[in-house]
Amino acid sequence: MGFSRTYEEINEKIKSGDVVVVTAEEMTRIVREKGEKKAAQEVDVVTTGTFAPMCSSGAFLNFGHTSPPIKAHRVWINNVPAYAGLAAVDIYIGATEPAADDPLNRIHPGLFEYGGGHVIQDLVSGKPVRLKAEAYGTDCYPNRFVEKTLYLKDFPNATLCNPRNAYQNYNCAVNLSSKTLYTYMGVLKPKLGNANYSTSGCLSPLLNDPLYKTIGLGTQVFLGGGVGYVIWHGTQHNPNVPRNERGVPKSPAGTLMLLGDLKQMSGRWLVGVSMLGYGCSLAVGIGIPVPILDEEMAYYTGVGDDEIVTQIKDYSFTEPEPLGEVNYAELKSGTIRIRGKEVPTVPLSSYVRAKEIAEILKSWIKDGRFLLTKPQKYLPGSSEPKVK
Amino acid sequence: MYAKVLVLRFPPDIVDKPIITNLVRSYNLTFNILKAQIFPRKEGLMILELRGNKNDYDRGLEYLKRIGVKVEPIGQSISRNEDVCLQCGACTAVCPTGALHIIRPDMEVVFDSERCSGCEWCVKVCPAHAMRVTFDRHMEEETSISQGSS
Ligand code: SF4
Ligand code: SF4
Repeated sequence: MGFSRTYEEINEKIKSGDVVVVTAEEMTRIVREKGEKKAAQEVDVVTTGTFAPMCSSGAFLNFGHTSPPIKAHRVWINNVPAYAGLAAVDIYIGATEPAADDPLNRIHPGLFEYGGGHVIQDLVSGKPVRLKAEAYGTDCYPNRFVEKTLYLKDFPNATLCNPRNAYQNYNCAVNLSSKTLYTYMGVLKPKLGNANYSTSGCLSPLLNDPLYKTIGLGTQVFLGGGVGYVIWHGTQHNPNVPRNERGVPKSPAGTLMLLGDLKQMSGRWLVGVSMLGYGCSLAVGIGIPVPILDEEMAYYTGVGDDEIVTQIKDYSFTEPEPLGEVNYAELKSGTIRIRGKEVPTVPLSSYVRAKEIAEILKSWIKDGRFLLTKPQKYLPGSSEPKVK
Repeated sequence: MYAKVLVLRFPPDIVDKPIITNLVRSYNLTFNILKAQIFPRKEGLMILELRGNKNDYDRGLEYLKRIGVKVEPIGQSISRNEDVCLQCGACTAVCPTGALHIIRPDMEVVFDSERCSGCEWCVKVCPAHAMRVTFDRHMEEETSISQGSS
């Protein structure tokens, strides 16, 4: 393969202001018009984006030592339980934890008005939260109860740490049964009433680097409005699913574990959400830059919605096998055909906001504020680039 | 199931009667009081949502009118908080009228209040709580004035 460039060369261009950055959507057009060879020569970096509820998210918080000191045993923030099985004042608040007095699904479908995701959004939006901690008391930590109002700035440390984000592709969900289903994939009306999907398609980070050639441990990303990092492959990361001729997985595959300083993030890009009948969650904004190291990366980032397929899955447990395969251009058209029926499609992932993230990341790079990082270790299933 | 938000005006002479209890007992209706100003020997005002089957609802309304309660529908509408809306599209799964719909290929989710039937599906379904029920401005003012004068 002919053309190639290095991370160092790209970063030099970022510093000198000569870098050429385009969004993944723009790259699709460029590659289709000019071919990957020309596109690779012209474009240095492609920015991706996704903004959707991602349940496997949460934050490590250290709420500061008290006097006398406490070894918190049970902790609530705004009445949402946080995990306190860590050192004295370290806790983890998970996105899907509902408030302690939430009626849950006792009256189905439950509303799940407020939970861990909302606590995180309140914190990054600069709102005060009420923290309550109980302890059993020890000789070294005699305090048994603390209650205080805190702003994010009052926490000595606050780190967003999401065990599984940015799923590389996801099912299209339908309902074959005769009753409405309330799921993490939204409301599914009976008898194929609608088909819901949750991927930003051609803008989606891991669909632009399907074989994990550039996204790996240490990759610097846009996370929740701040800067974050890929710190590991996410839970349930499974690169070994069937792929198309472009290497793009045809069903859920890779995932990322992401981490970043919560204090840099914003309530626009970390949004607490309530999924009717399912629970609370957090919508997370993520953007990942893909360096165009060679023509191959131009080819991968040139992927279009019509070249990414996913499986149509029945969420009523009636039919275990997929009901068919559909591509994202079809899903985005508004209706698809399943078993001879016209079914309206419903996105759960915000394409408008995903595009905004890709644009923001583009401007960060163009302004020289964001450099690219070479992975320290590649993700499982990666066909690592050869040493040049 | 039929449901409507109504404004009830009670003349002073019947303010003390257990009218709402009768609605529940004799007409099988359930209610949710959204606002009430009722004082002995004064005209009372109540905004409530009545639910039940259409037949019971009509009979209940007849009963109210018969005993002298003035019944008016409230100007209730659905609005979207644009700052809160994530532009996801989840609401389009349930919106029966297409008031919430997607402009393609940009995938912009728009809310056209002209086409809204006020079913409130989206209020429960919107993950970001962007969809809200708001009452007629005129009505709100009127009730807050009567609140102030009492
Ligand atoms: S579900 Fe709510 S947040 Fe999503 S597009 Fe509709 S109104 Fe906006
Ligand atoms: S109230 Fe009903 S008709 Fe109006 S926008 Fe919401 S779902 Fe659509």
